[in-house]
Amino acid sequence: MSSVAQKRSFGATVWDWMTTVDHKKIGILYLLGGLFFFVLGGIEALIIRLQLLKPNNDLVSAGLFNELITMHGTTMIFLAAMPILFGLMNAIMPLQIGARDVAFPFINSLGLWMFIFGGIFLNLSWFFGQVPDAGWTSYTSLAITSEGHGIDFYAIGLQIAGGGTLMAGINFLVTIINMRAPGMTYMRMPLFTWTTFVASALILFAFPPLTIGLFMLTFDRLFGGNFFDHTMGGNTIIWEHIFWIFGHPEVYILILPAFGIFSEVFPIFARKRLFGYASMVFATVLIGFLGFMVWAHHMFTVGLGPTANAIFAVATMAIAVPTGVKIFNWLLTIWGGSIKVTVPMLYALGFIPSFVMGGVTGIMQGAAPLDYQLHDSYFIVAHFHYVIVGGVVLGIFSGMTLWWPKMFGVMLSETLGKWTFWFFFIGFHLTFLIQHWLGFWGMPRRVWTYMDGQGWNSANFISTIGAMLMGIGVIIFLINVIKSHVQKKPVPNDPWGDGRTLEWAIPSPPPFYNFAQTPLVRGLDSVWIEKQEGNESGLTPAEPVQDIHMPNGSIIPFLMTLGIFVAGFGAMYRLETSWGLPVLVLGLFFTFATMSARSLKDDLGFYVKKEQVLKDLKEKGGKI
Amino acid sequence: MADIQIYKKSPVEYELEKRRAKKSMQAQIIMFSLMIFLTLVSFTMVVAFNADILGFSKYFVIPILLLFAAVQVGLQLYYFMHMNEKGHGFAKLFMYTGMLLAFSMLLGYIVITWW
Repeated sequence: MSSVAQKRSFGATVWDWMTTVDHKKIGILYLLGGLFFFVLGGIEALIIRLQLLKPNNDLVSAGLFNELITMHGTTMIFLAAMPILFGLMNAIMPLQIGARDVAFPFINSLGLWMFIFGGIFLNLSWFFGQVPDAGWTSYTSLAITSEGHGIDFYAIGLQIAGGGTLMAGINFLVTIINMRAPGMTYMRMPLFTWTTFVASALILFAFPPLTIGLFMLTFDRLFGGNFFDHTMGGNTIIWEHIFWIFGHPEVYILILPAFGIFSEVFPIFARKRLFGYASMVFATVLIGFLGFMVWAHHMFTVGLGPTANAIFAVATMAIAVPTGVKIFNWLLTIWGGSIKVTVPMLYALGFIPSFVMGGVTGIMQGAAPLDYQLHDSYFIVAHFHYVIVGGVVLGIFSGMTLWWPKMFGVMLSETLGKWTFWFFFIGFHLTFLIQHWLGFWGMPRRVWTYMDGQGWNSANFISTIGAMLMGIGVIIFLINVIKSHVQKKPVPNDPWGDGRTLEWAIPSPPPFYNFAQTPLVRGLDSVWIEKQEGNESGLTPAEPVQDIHMPNGSIIPFLMTLGIFVAGFGAMYRLETSWGLPVLVLGLFFTFATMSARSLKDDLGFYVKKEQVLKDLKEKGGKI
Repeated sequence: MADIQIYKKSPVEYELEKRRAKKSMQAQIIMFSLMIFLTLVSFTMVVAFNADILGFSKYFVIPILLLFAAVQVGLQLYYFMHMNEKGHGFAKLFMYTGMLLAFSMLLGYIVITWW
C-alpha cells in the first residue's frame, strides 16, 4: 500500500471512493453530497420566490408549490446543512485531536451511504410525480390524508438518512472520548471539536425520537396503524410533540458546529487567543442541554394552556444567556487583535450582526402572547432564515473556505470569495429582512399566491431580487471551486499563516494516516504554542516513527444501504402491487446477509510500514 | 513487524489483578443471589395476589414490583455491566442524561397532552 499518487483508471478511482473508510475522503463525499443537495434546495427556493414575485402569479400550481416548500425545507435541513457540517467534522475533527481516523471507520462509511441513499430516495419522489407536500414538519393531520406516495417518500427517505446521522453522531462521540492525542485534555480541545462533541450528543438524544415518530407515521400510512388518527383513538398532537422533541435539538445540531467554526476563525484571523475559552465550552454544553427543554415553544398556539406556555417561554429565553456569552466572547476575541479580513473572517464578521438579529426575533417569538400574533406569518419565515442562513450557512461558507486547502490541497480564490460573500450577504438581508414586515402586515407563510392591493407587492418583489443575488453568490462560489481546482496550485501546511490547531501542522491534503507520529499536545492552540517557542514544524511528536495500523476499505456499507433502499420501495408498494412484499423481504434479507458477512469475517486492517512513513516524510521535506 | 503485540505482566501486577478479579467475583455472586432472591419475592407476591391472600392488594404489589425491577436494573448495570468500575464516567453521564430527558419528555406528555 503506497501513499504516492499513481495514475489509475477511472473505474479504480470510483471503486476507491465507494469503498473508502478514510475519514478525510468520507468528509469530502459528505461535503460534495451536501453541496449537491444545497444547490437543489436552492433551485427550489428560487422557484418559490419567483412564484411569489407578483400577486396572482401562476408560475407553478398550488400543489406544486406545497411540494416545493416541503422539499426545500427537508432538503436544506437534512440533506444540505447537516451533511456539509458532517463533512467538515469528519475531515477536520480527527486532525484537530491528533487522531489517525475516527473510532469506527466502517460505521462512518455506513453513515455516509445511508445519507446518500436516503437523499436519493427522498428526491426520487420528483421522478415518481408523488412528492411530499405536508411541509417539512409533516404535521400528521395533513400527512395522513395526503394522497399518493409523497409522505411515504418523506418518512422512509428520512428514516434511512436519519439512521446514518445517528451512526455518525455516535462515531464522533466515541472518537472524541477515546482517540485524543497524548496531552489533549478536554479543556485543551479546539472549540470546533467541542461543538462537534456536543452536537453529536444532541444527535444521540434527538434522533431516536425522530426515528420513532417516522416509524409511527410509516405504520399509520402503510401498515394500518392509528397512532395519529383521532377517529381511531390516536392523537395528532403526539406527532407535533415527537417532531419538535427532535426538531428543536436539531436546530442546535446545526448551529453549534457553526459556532465552533467561527470560534476557530476569529482567533486565527484576529491572531489572538479565543477570549473566554472555558466559558465558551460551558455555554456550548448549556445550550445543548437547554435545547431539550424548549420544544413546545413551536406549539404555543396548539392550546397547551397558559402554564405549559409560560414554562416553555421562560426556558426558551434562558437560552439567550449562553448564546449572549458566546457573542460577547467573539467580540472580545476580535477586540485589540491584529485583524486580517480574509474570506472566512468576512463570513464570521457578517455572522455576528445577522445571527444577533435572528436571535432577537427568536426571543420575540419566545414570548408566548406575542407568538399568537406572529404564528404562521412571514415573520417566522424571516426569523428562522436569519438564524439558519445568517448562522449556519455563513458558518458553512466560512468553514469551507477555511478548510478547503486542508481538505483538497487547493486554495480558493480570495477575490471570487469576496464576490460570493457580498452577493450572498446582501442578497440574504434583502430577501429576509423585509419578510419581518411582511409578517407584521399579515402575510401568512406557506401561501401559494396572494391578492393584489394588500400592500405586499413591493416587499415580495424586493425579497425575490434578494434571493436571486444569493443564487448569484452561490454560482460564483461554484465557479471559484472549479477555477481553483483547474489551476491546482500546491498549498503549504498552513496556507493562512496563523493556524493554531493541529490540522495546520500536517501537509494539505494530509497523508492518509494523517500524522507520521502522534503529536504531543502541550496546551490549547497546540501549533501556535510550538511556533511561539521556535518549533517551526508546529508539532512535538509523542512517539518514535513506527508501523501504523490502518483499517481496510470495504464495499459492504454501500451494499448494506442498498438493501435498505430497495426494501423502502417494497414497503411503499406493498399494498397496491404484488411485487411489493417480496421486494421488501428481499431488500431486508440482503441487508442482513451483508451484516452477517461483516460479522463473520474478521477484518484486522493493515500496517503502514515504518520505512514507508520515513520515505513520505523525506519526500515532503518534513523533519523526522 | 509484529501483528500482535504481547505484553508480559510482572508477578506483582499478576497478583494484583488476581486479587481484584476475586473481589469482583465475590461481589457478583452476592449480587446474583440477591437478584434471585428479589425475583423469588416478586414471584411469591404475584402468586399471593392471585390466591387472594389478605394484604396483597394491587396497590401494594404493583409499586413493590416496580421498585424491585428498578433495583434489579441498577444491580445489572453496576455489577454485571461493570459500571461500578473506573472509566465509566461517560457511560454514566450519557445514561443519566438520557434518563433525565426521557423523564422530562414523558412528564411533558402526561401533563400537557394526556392529562
